[in-house]
Amino acid sequence: MTKLTDLGVAAIRDGFRAGEFSAREVAEAFNEAVTNAKALNAFVIETPDHALAAAEKADADRVAGILKPLSGVPLGIKDLFATKGYQTTAGSLMLEGFEPAYESTVSGNLFDAGAGMLGKLNMDQFAMGSSNETSAYGNVISPWRRKDGGNVALTPGGSSGGSAAAVAARIAPGVTGTDTGGSIRQPAAFVGITGVKPTYGRCSRWGMVAFASSLDQAGPMARDVRDCAIMLEAMASFDAKDSTSLNLPVPQWEAGLSGDIRGKRIGIPKEYRIDGVPAEIDTIWEQGIAWMKDAGAEIVEVSLPHTKYALPAYYIIAPAEASSNLARYDGVRYGKRVSPENGSLDDMYNATRAAGFGAEVKRRIMIGTYVLSAGFYDAYFNQAQKVRALIARDFDRVWESCDFILTPTAPSAAFGLGEKSDDPIAMYLNDVFAVPASLAGLPAMSVPAGLNAEGLPLGLQIVGKALDEQGVMNMGLAFEERADFVARPEAWW
Amino acid sequence: MSVDTATVRHIAKLARVAVSDGEVEALVPELNNILNWIEQLQEVDVTGVEPMTAVIPNILRLREDKVTDGGKRDDVLKNAPAAEHGFFAVPKVIE
Repeated sequence: MTKLTDLGVAAIRDGFRAGEFSAREVAEAFNEAVTNAKALNAFVIETPDHALAAAEKADADRVAGILKPLSGVPLGIKDLFATKGYQTTAGSLMLEGFEPAYESTVSGNLFDAGAGMLGKLNMDQFAMGSSNETSAYGNVISPWRRKDGGNVALTPGGSSGGSAAAVAARIAPGVTGTDTGGSIRQPAAFVGITGVKPTYGRCSRWGMVAFASSLDQAGPMARDVRDCAIMLEAMASFDAKDSTSLNLPVPQWEAGLSGDIRGKRIGIPKEYRIDGVPAEIDTIWEQGIAWMKDAGAEIVEVSLPHTKYALPAYYIIAPAEASSNLARYDGVRYGKRVSPENGSLDDMYNATRAAGFGAEVKRRIMIGTYVLSAGFYDAYFNQAQKVRALIARDFDRVWESCDFILTPTAPSAAFGLGEKSDDPIAMYLNDVFAVPASLAGLPAMSVPAGLNAEGLPLGLQIVGKALDEQGVMNMGLAFEERADFVARPEAWW
Repeated sequence: MSVDTATVRHIAKLARVAVSDGEVEALVPELNNILNWIEQLQEVDVTGVEPMTAVIPNILRLREDKVTDGGKRDDVLKNAPAAEHGFFAVPKVIE
């Protein structure tokens, strides 16, 4: 018999419904797998009690004939989502010990759909990072290793690094991620899984620790497209508590899945062929194009002329919003407090924030404060918002000649921990292909495409029109059927 | 544009983050590297372009002006580093 932990979201749901196993058996199997995988450091806290309670409820419900969309499925929740009564740190010391008195809308939606929680997933601090090295709770180690036998510890990507590692290591069938500038897609690509960033506004941001509010968007990460569709359907909702939540019905994405993409036009943006990207990225991109042709899609060369400005615009806009959002950490209402003896209120603010925030978070708060400060607001922030408008216009124009865009997800395979941590800009370049879709608020996903010569996964990104998650996931399904990516890391942990 | 140690101290003050002399020395080149890199945005012609305010056309909703939640003082104070008599407590601000 297949191990329960080898099953994905759909297989668990269906097997549970068919009575092949109980929800309790599934929860126990994953709880054990989580406990045995501490070497990955994928979780900040484990919550086996939550997973078991949901499982017992699901088992009782099943007897009573009640089957919810995610009954019997245990999930990992990124530590950016407020979970009632369970520590929520956003990967930072600033929130160590913080136990929210409320549930985020997204995690609440998943639990209402019957899912349980295996634990809170480690992540880059306040989602600022591309390698999970900014977490205050230690690096997440990718379950993947290069096949050179050197056993160098690799990054799972970031900021949803714990999320990515957990799915790839089969210690969670599906997880939540969040994506501000690639934080779902880049880690998904690095560990050979599927991750979807929906259109901005599909998933409520309420209860999700804020980084850059005009960009932050939750999404699912799982083994395949169907699992992501099931999860996204449960996660998305209109929420009056989020002013940018879209008041639209949630489509039945799973039911709408179809790998028949004949006649669809796929744009290949020439600006995404950039210098310094290893040949293996071009090779896998060409392979992906060939698969799409095989699926009956029409390939068209397109141009997104402002692509090269997306990353610098992002590194003005995101830090600006972060500097504003993170002003709330003042040592008064929740989180850390450091009070110098006989110090003033200001001394307390300064000391608290110096002790609670990590180096990358401080760097971004400083950049954000600078670009918003008197005299520089127009030159930096307003200019960046205008460039952002041009980037969105590029996409609007491109949709006249194609339905989707296919690009690499990241400019390299996973790198070794420590290899880029001394050079912020080299780290930022990880998201060069992911950021444009974030700035334009468009749905985008990463699908595993193959392995490089070192045996590490590479992913490709599909970007679609606003609100066309269905099209994006259908394209992903057609891709998945051809890529037939079955590689998984050999367990060493 | 570039920053010097005085500017970095000023930004840190605005951001309410205490920085040591060593941190200021380290932050000057770090911030300047990033600022030099984002400087390339200045070469984009943005004549007649309005700054983006919403990625997806969306109308900001107004809700009915009535109380929908509340009465949760203990929940609100639960995670406070210091709470006294039902209030948040801070270092003395009035002599």
